[in-house]
Order: sequence, then structure tokens, then C-alpha cells
Amino acid sequence: MTPAFHRHLPRLVSFNGQERQIVRHDPARRDFLRLVGVAVPASMVLCACGGRDTGAHGQANAFFAPEEMDFIRAATGRLIPKDALGPGADEAGVPEFLDLQLAGPYGRAERWYMKGPWPRGSNSQGYQLRYTPAQIYRQAIAGIDKHCQAHYRQPFAKLKADQQDEVLHALEDGNVKLGDLHSKTFLDLLWQNTQEGFLADPAYGGNRDFAGWKLIGFPGPRYNYVREIGQYGKPYQQPFVSLIGRAPTAAMAHAAGAA
Amino acid sequence: MRASLARFSQRRMGLRRSLALAGLLLAAVLCSACSPDREPAAPSTVKLGQRMSAGPWGDISRGRYLVHAGDCKACHTAPGGAPFAGDRAIPTPFGTIYSSNITPDPETGIGRWTDEDFYRAMHEGIDRLGNHLYPAFPYPWYTRMSRDDVRAIKAYLDTLAPVRQNHRENELPWPLGQRGVLAVWNGMFFDEGTYRPDPDRSAQWNRGAYLVKGPGHCGACHSDKNLAGATDEDDPLTGGFAEHAFAPNLAGGIRDGLGTWTGQDIVQYLRTGRNGRTAAAGPMAEVIEQSTQYLSKPDLEAIAVYLKSLPATKDASVASVDKDTLGRGAALYVDNCAGCHLGEGQGELGAFPPLRKSTAVQAQSADTLIGVILNGARIPRTEAEPTGLAMQGFADHLDDAQIATLTTYIRNAWGNHAEAVDAGHVEDLRETLRKSPDG
Amino acid sequence: MARRMPPVDVVLVGFGWTASIIAQELTDAGVQVLALERGAWRDTVPDFATDHIQDELRYAVRKQIFESPERETLTFRNDASQTALPMRHLGSFLPAAGVGGAGVHWNGQCWRFLPQDFVIRTHTEQRYGKGFIPEGMNLQDWGVTYEELEPHYDRFEYLCGVSGQAGNVGGQLVAGGNPFEGARQRGYPLPPLERSASTVLFDKAAREVGFKPFPCPAANASRPYRNPLGVQMGQCTYCGYCEWFGCGNYSKASPQTTILPVLLQKDNFHFKTHCAVTRVNTDHTGKRATGVTYVDVEGNEIEQPAQMVVLCAFAQHNVHLLLVSKIGQPYDPVSNTGVVGRNYAYQITSSAEVFQKERLNPFMGAGALGQAIDEFNGDNFDHGPQGFIGGGYVALWNTGGRPILQHYLPENAPKWGAGWKKAMHENYLTACSVVTHGSVMSYRSSYLDLDPTWRDVYGNPLLRLTFDFQPNELKMSGFLTDKAAQIGRAIPGATVHEKKRQGPYSIVPYQTTHNTGGAVMGNDPKTSVVNRYLQSWDVPNLWVMGACAFPQNAGYNPTGTVGALTFWSAAAMKRYLKNPGPLVTA
Repeated sequence: MTPAFHRHLPRLVSFNGQERQIVRHDPARRDFLRLVGVAVPASMVLCACGGRDTGAHGQANAFFAPEEMDFIRAATGRLIPKDALGPGADEAGVPEFLDLQLAGPYGRAERWYMKGPWPRGSNSQGYQLRYTPAQIYRQAIAGIDKHCQAHYRQPFAKLKADQQDEVLHALEDGNVKLGDLHSKTFLDLLWQNTQEGFLADPAYGGNRDFAGWKLIGFPGPRYNYVREIGQYGKPYQQPFVSLIGRAPTAAMAHAAGAA
Repeated sequence: MRASLARFSQRRMGLRRSLALAGLLLAAVLCSACSPDREPAAPSTVKLGQRMSAGPWGDISRGRYLVHAGDCKACHTAPGGAPFAGDRAIPTPFGTIYSSNITPDPETGIGRWTDEDFYRAMHEGIDRLGNHLYPAFPYPWYTRMSRDDVRAIKAYLDTLAPVRQNHRENELPWPLGQRGVLAVWNGMFFDEGTYRPDPDRSAQWNRGAYLVKGPGHCGACHSDKNLAGATDEDDPLTGGFAEHAFAPNLAGGIRDGLGTWTGQDIVQYLRTGRNGRTAAAGPMAEVIEQSTQYLSKPDLEAIAVYLKSLPATKDASVASVDKDTLGRGAALYVDNCAGCHLGEGQGELGAFPPLRKSTAVQAQSADTLIGVILNGARIPRTEAEPTGLAMQGFADHLDDAQIATLTTYIRNAWGNHAEAVDAGHVEDLRETLRKSPDG
Repeated sequence: MARRMPPVDVVLVGFGWTASIIAQELTDAGVQVLALERGAWRDTVPDFATDHIQDELRYAVRKQIFESPERETLTFRNDASQTALPMRHLGSFLPAAGVGGAGVHWNGQCWRFLPQDFVIRTHTEQRYGKGFIPEGMNLQDWGVTYEELEPHYDRFEYLCGVSGQAGNVGGQLVAGGNPFEGARQRGYPLPPLERSASTVLFDKAAREVGFKPFPCPAANASRPYRNPLGVQMGQCTYCGYCEWFGCGNYSKASPQTTILPVLLQKDNFHFKTHCAVTRVNTDHTGKRATGVTYVDVEGNEIEQPAQMVVLCAFAQHNVHLLLVSKIGQPYDPVSNTGVVGRNYAYQITSSAEVFQKERLNPFMGAGALGQAIDEFNGDNFDHGPQGFIGGGYVALWNTGGRPILQHYLPENAPKWGAGWKKAMHENYLTACSVVTHGSVMSYRSSYLDLDPTWRDVYGNPLLRLTFDFQPNELKMSGFLTDKAAQIGRAIPGATVHEKKRQGPYSIVPYQTTHNTGGAVMGNDPKTSVVNRYLQSWDVPNLWVMGACAFPQNAGYNPTGTVGALTFWSAAAMKRYLKNPGPLVTA
């Protein structure tokens, strides 16, 4: 109906990079796919297509292999840990968010200028690697697990929390060899994407049950503060809301079920 | 009751008008911006609506004006097609009828029609070859037009560039495809006859009545229709179903009629597509864009005088809505609507229509409102108000139950009061609009 | 062989702010105008509708509302000794693609430049002497004065429905407005926006320090507004999603919300989307443009003949087109000769982040909702003791509180982990940022030319940007940042993190999309590409709009001045149409 929604949906890419058209038979399902399609159509499609790997939580991954997902859960869980202030990245669905992002156009660097040659530049010249974000994750996770095996005889996910923090700090300091990839480049990217997953609209699969927004007090996409803007110092009263409503998790479960 | 009424309505004959869908209209804008095809230039510079001298040029100008008043182009032009060449699919509850070519092409249009042939079609609903026309063509209203006015319309149509466009076969099930059926229909429901002025009323009132009951054919949508798609003889304008929308009560009801509107409100609405109380949506948006915005101020004032003279209807009593529904509706309103219509449904003066105290919102049927929530709407683009502020549809965002709750809330918040809507009805309407070529 | 389209009177390259204004003005003058836009058609509904536009990840983080570097980007280096490398994804600045251009995703901060800004060389020499201008700085007057532009500023402000408080009407100072602004013929069309909690804090603090704060001029409508074209805007509801988003309720001025509803109804206006102009064509003399060549959505190369060509793309894209079309003499930094690509400039920003206890609800905001002081802009203060040229405003903008990109953490907050979480929890609702927005002058060493190595998707060489912050700008910005911190510290209970801008200039973090120069205006063809009416010196039927005409950059957001210059140029074009030829004799 509205062109905008068609534009959100047209092509999705499965794990192996083949493009698939969404199958649209059931109108109810289509509505939900559209609804969620603002953000996370890939999960529905992959569910609909049978998926590929089954991760620890029994869900199909779009991008990560199971052992990669183990790393992501552990690493993001240290970057934003669960504590008295509330859920951490893992509980908030950040790994699922990352999985979908890396399977999609962002993971493919679809809008980036990716023509060679590829000389090294100065910091002020910005990103000059020939890798897409998806390729960076794949290469870096393998390299980090290799590093952990060498130093701790365990993959990253199996390390104790303080050991994991130690590795993350080593990455941040550029002290882990990841081939031609600087380990700080990966840590910065992972941290950036982890924050995105924790703070983006729950429609993208992260920020589950508004974990990120509840932590900080952001009420979500609301369009009208005419009455409230002059009420200085007062808490905003309306409940949290997402682009797909006040119960985004339920909406997405419903959509997945309909799919 | 509500759901059954609406389902029933879908079996009713309605005249063809488009429900404004944002995407479709966007395409229309692009077409109008990029297409070299334009309506032929006016043959005369005589100001519309002014008293014109006799003779062919006066007739042509008056004819063009009356073609606007009768909204002829809307039905007789296919989307993207040549103006007045017909071939617009007109879905009726009985099947699809294709409008005819009224350009002066001798083979496929009305090039061989005499003035008398044309008058007979307008006055009796019978074409040059003696066939009955389907009352999707509103001859039950046009019959009230004067012979001079009909001749003027013909004079104008004769100045158009002939377009070769064959008439497509209507798609009607037996026996409706048999035009003889129409003779029976006419016998039962059709009252032929030119408008006769009421000597007890002013000339202005009579002019208004003539425009409303004749060329304007307002009752085709705004009057209730029977099972055969015919309106009451007295054309009460107390509201009726038109296509998949509800054309609201134009009589004097306070809650859902024009009882609180001033004459100036009516004039402004018909000229610009909006006023301080509401903005046109649904099929009426197209009527304003294509027809009423071109009417002269005296004629619009005459229409207002006539409409304001209609007897007030009693506001129907409706059950009050439970608190829980209103609470859930209020939440949906805050989440989805308050960005433009503001917190108390007050709207923004000149920009977004108010929902509070809106007669359109509290109409007997919520179908137009539901259609707007599902598919969005655009305020008419008129010469006076060129902006065309639009609203997105929420069909993809809200499910049937949510839309029912939201509609019920809007119809019962801020002092509004109107019958509740159930999810089944939204489901039906969603499905109907999805299948509709405009929906 | 390119297909040839039927000729038109005027072809516009791009369909953003400047093209919309030119098209509206020239179609009124009766000529046939065609706009060619490389991006897509976009309108409020459905593209920016309230049901989906407030999506920080999609639009602001993944940058889907901007141009895609995959199709065309530029290469960058800080100085000529380096090899410039492609900007592989967007960062420092964010040009648009699509109808409405950056006018869709701007904040609506709609300023006028100061009267002295237009005569900066003359003014500086008079007040401080010739020796005050550093070696290598290409300071020059604009060729147009504030007084000449004033009616055009006025038209743009009334077109957009700017909300604000005048400070100087006809030479009379008005309380509450900017006392330093040039005289305006009348007040703003709309009263200022509501103040948010953080702008109230700034206002009080700035007054306490002794400054004169005023509400920033906002092309976010504080009331429903009907502009002189009859186009209706809605009122801003402070949703906090202006910059980097389209407006969902018609309250931020954009071509779509102010001009297009009228323009698109005209028989003598047409536009085409997904048509990327790759060249301006000239006849054998090189003195007359014959039209443009563009690549359509299917990759076909098409020639569009026209009597007159107007470049209305983003600043550096206009310069790029001139260079690849070999129109005008390219700038040579070694000999300091040539003009195309000369005097690229930017702006220099910095901030003083304020951590305090009062709840600010930063998410209630608008793109141009802010309070500012102008004591240190332009030459509103004595530069003699400071030893630098230029200045900027100091402001607190409450554009929104989008969680991923708009949060402030104390200097000592851990970068990640439980400490980060705690810092986010404690500061999101209460922190704010006082920012500075400083001018950047033009230098011999800052310029645009064509890259020898990398090409865009159409096969043209990429534009090459050579630019760095110079000592004059870093000094000026440091001075402004101290003022920002001074105001920040006047907020009760505040801890201030002063974030001075450090060199070298980096293409990575977002700073501003206020890229200027490269096709500058002026009265001397040796130092300008276009005359004072934005008409090409070399090809009189070619006109170049936009901030590429700025000889150097001032301390304000540029859109107001771009709008005024466009109306000014359109008026000249109407004279040109009656009697084509150069409007200024070189």
C-alpha cells in the first residue's frame, strides 16, 4: 500500500548471501512482516526459510556460526554486563541484533565506497580496510579465539569474566594479533555495534523490553512533547514505546509465529 | 448492529469516487508534474459563475462551469487517461461498470449525438440508441437540470479534442447485464423531471437546492439508499454509504450533522477542502478538488443556505463505551496520533483537522474514519489551499482490534459521542479496501 | 552515443533548496524549467511519516537518509604532501541525495550572516591593518553586501516560517533578540519556540556571566504557519528528530513543506529523479553551456540541451561538476592561480559538556531549539588582543536526546562495562552540552581538485579535498570553547568537560555539513568563479548556487545565507532572461 513500506522490504539476504524475496501469501502475516519489516524482516524470513544454525538459545542465526555466537554473547555481556541496574547486552538481545545487522546491508558495507587500491592512511583519513563489517567480525572472532586458546587453552566464551575483560582490554590496546586487522579496530566496532543494539529501537531485535532505554530514561519515539517541554524538572509520564508499539517483543513473537 | 450495517452497505450501489490513498496520489502528483497532457485551455475568459450572455461562447463557458459542478470528469476519466474519454472502472456492489467516452469522437464518443440525444441521456437516462444507462451515471439527479444547462454542457463537451476510446463491456452478472432490468428499476425508483423552484423560498435558496439536487448530485452519496441502490424520493441528505466510506449527514444534526456549522464554514469547506472544523477525506476530497472548488462564491453561498435550511435530525442515542476500551484507545492515540492532532484532539488550526467535536468523526458510521486510519488521507489540493497535507495509513502498524479501539476512542473522547466500532468490522473494511482498486 | 532529449529553457542540476527556489522564481517568470535529481522522490508521507521516521539506527547511524559514498565520494588528505584516500563511509559531513536535498535532513538553524562578514577583508584591513591577515589566508569580500541581501534573507525566512526573536529591526534594538545582528526590515514570521529545560539553564548562566542570550532562529514552526506561497506548515511538537531525519508533521521547513506543493502544479516545471548529471556541456567556444549530460536509473547516458544551466547540487558536487566539465580555470595551489576549487572552507566546532543534577529530559527538543550568545561572532569583539580572525556563536542546542548518538558522559567515565552503564544511568537525563560554532577562513592550502586515482560509479575522477585546520582557527576555537566552558560553569552544580577541537582535521567524526567554497563569488574573475550574482564569469549562461560561492565561511550555519543568495541570484536571472549576457563586465 504505502510505498515506504515496500521500500523497507524488498530484498533480504540469507546467510550464504543469496537474495530471497519475501514470500507473501498470508495477508495477516504480511501485515506483521511489514510491521516488523521496518526493522527486522530478516529474522522472520530466515525463520520462514528454515534457518541454518541453531544457537545456544535454540534460535536460528542469520550470520553467526554457533561458536561465533558464543563469543558474541560473552563479549557483549562483558561490554555491558548484567548488574543491579538491569539487564546486560546479552539479556537485552544485543547478540541477536548484531546477527541481523551483519546479515544485512550494513554487514555487507552496501553503501560504502569499496574500490581499491587500498593504501594505508593517517587516522584523520578514516577507514581504509577492504573488509566489510561482516568480514571483520568473522576474521576477528576466529583470531581472538585462537589467541585465547593459546593463552588460556579455552575459547573466549569459556573464560572467566576477569579473563574476558583482560582479553577485551588487550584488544582495545591493540595487543592481540588478528592478521592484518588491528585489534582495536575490531573492539571499537564491536563496542559501537553493542551500544547500537542496546539503545536502538527494540524493533531491531536488541534493547529487548526497553532494557537500554529504561537504564537511561529515554521514553522511545514519541512525537509530541508540546505539553511537557515546559514542565521543567518533571519526569515524563508516558510509558516506553517502540516503533512497533508498547510491547515490541510480543509483536515480534507474534510476527515470527505468523511467519 | 454496526458490523451488519456496514456489510450491508457494501452491497449497496454507490457512485464511483476514489478513496485517497497516499501512494496513488503521489503518483498522480508526479504525473501532473511531468506530463505534458493538460486539460484543454478554456475557450473563454468569462469569469466562472458570472451571468453570461447568450450565444455559443456564453454557453461553452457556462457548460464548462456546469461540468465542474456536476463533477463529470471524475468518473469519465480513467486514471492516467485522457480527460473525459471514459474507461474508468466503476466498481459497484453488482459488478464493474466502465464509464463512457464523452469527448466528441464520432465513433466512440458523443460526436454524433444531437443536443436532444444528450438531453435525453441526462434527463431520462437513455442513450442515443435507446439503451437504458446504469444509474451509476447520476441521471436521477441530472434529470432536475434545466434544458439550457444541459445544452451548455454539451456545447462545452463539443469543444474538447475528440479521443478515440472504445467503451469496454461492463462486467455485470445476469440479469443485471440486461438493460431491460433498468426499465423496471426506473419504473420503481426514478422520478423524471426538471427542478421546480419553491415559490415560498428565496432565489438563493432555490439556486442552492438546484445545485445540490441537480448537477451536484450530493444525495447520490449523502442520502440513504435502498437495496436496489436507489435513494429516497425526497433526497434527505441525512448520510449514506458511498463506496467504502460514509458520506455524513448534511442536515442539521448537532453531533454528526451541519447543525453547528455556519454558512461560511460550508462555503470554506467546499472551496478549499477544509475549515476550522474538519478537512475533507475519503471520496469527498476528490469531489472538492475536481468540482466544488471551482464553484462561484454566490453558488457556494446558495448551497450553504439550502443545506442550513434542512431540518435537524435527532442525534441517535448510542451506548456509552466502557472505561477499559477508552483507556486502551487513549494509549493508542497518544502513541500514534498526538504528533499532529495534538493531545486533546484539538488539531492544529489551518494544518491538521481537529477530531474533538468533529461531526465527521462522530458520523453515524465510522467507515470513513476507519478508512483514513487504515490507508491514510490527503487534504484536497485546491487553488486556495495548495498544500495537500497528508497522513500515513496505519494498516501495517495497527491490527484490527487496535484500530477498532482507537476509532472508538476518537469517537468518544473529549466530549465526542458516537457508536463504538468492533474489530470484525475493521477486518471487513480492511479486506474490502484491500481489494478495491483504490484501496 | 548519448540520447538527446528535447531542449528546455533552464535545466537545474539537483532538486534541493536552491533548485526549488530557482524553479519557483523562474517558472513564475514564464520559462520552462527541468530539474534533474540524482536521488529519489521523497515526500512527508510516506517517506518521513511519523509512524517510522523516529528511527535513530536507520537514518542517523546507518545514514540511510544521506548520499551513498558507494556511488560517489571524495578523497581526502590534510595537506598536499599526503596521498588523498577515499572517504569510504560518511563521517565529518553528510550531504544528501534525493528530492529536497539536505533541506530534508537539516536542523532548521536558519541564521543571517553579519554585515561585516560580507566585507571581511575591507573591514579587517580598516580596523586592524593589512598586517593582521596571516600569510596564506585568502581573505576576500563577497561582492555583495548585507544590505543588498536583506530583502532576500527576509523572503527566505518568510518562506520557511522561521521562529525567532528579532534583535534589530530597522536599526532599533529589540530586547530579547540578538543585539549584534544586522538590521532587518521586520521581525521573524513566528515567535520563538518554547524553551526546554537545558536552554533555560544556558540562558540563566549566560546572563549571569554578563552575556546577552537570545533564542536561535529556527525553521521549525512554533505555530501552524501559512507561507507567502500559500503553503501550510504544521507546528513543531518537539519530537527531537530533526537533524538527520525528515519531518513527519510538516513543521520543519524543507522544499517539500514550503515550495513543492505549489511548484509541482505548474505546467512549465518538470523534474526527473535518479538522473545523475555527470557533465555540463559547452559549445566549441567553451563560452556557452549547451546543456548537461546525465546518467539515468538504467545507466543510459542522456544529453539534455538547455538555454541556461544552473548548478544546484551540494557545494562540493557543484565544484566537482565544474572540474570534470573543464569549465573555468582549476586552482593551482603552487602558483596560487586559477579559481575552480579555490577557497574551500569549513567550520570548526567544539563543546563544553555540562554535568549537573537537574532533570533536563533532553529528548524533548527540536533541531533549532536553542539559546545562543553572539558576543564572539564575526567582529563583534576586539580581535586585536586575540591575534586571530573570525569567531562564532556559543549556544546550547536542544536538538534531541537520541540515545545512541546524543548522550554525554563525564570525562572519567569508563568506556565500557559496569562503569559505563552506571554513567549512562546517571547522566543521560541531566547532561547537556554548550557548543561553539566557529568560522573557518580560506587558505592557499585548502582546496578542491580532481583525484588522480579513484573514480566514481559514473567513471568520473573523484573530487580531492585538501584541508586542515590552521593555527588561526584552532586559536579562535579554543577562545570560543573557553567562553562556552565559562557559561557551563555558571550553571549551578555543574562539572564541565571542555572539549577543545584539536588538529589535524579528521574526516571521521561528524562535525558539520557546512562545507563551503570552491566556486566562490566575487568582483574579480582572478579570485572568483562566479560574479556577485552567482553567474559564471567564463560561461554566462551557467550559474552556480549554494555554499560553494562563500569566499570563506562565517560563524553561523549557512542555510539562511544560501537561501538569501539564491533569491538574490534568481532576481538577477530574471533580468538576464530579458537580455542574456554577462551581468557584470569583467
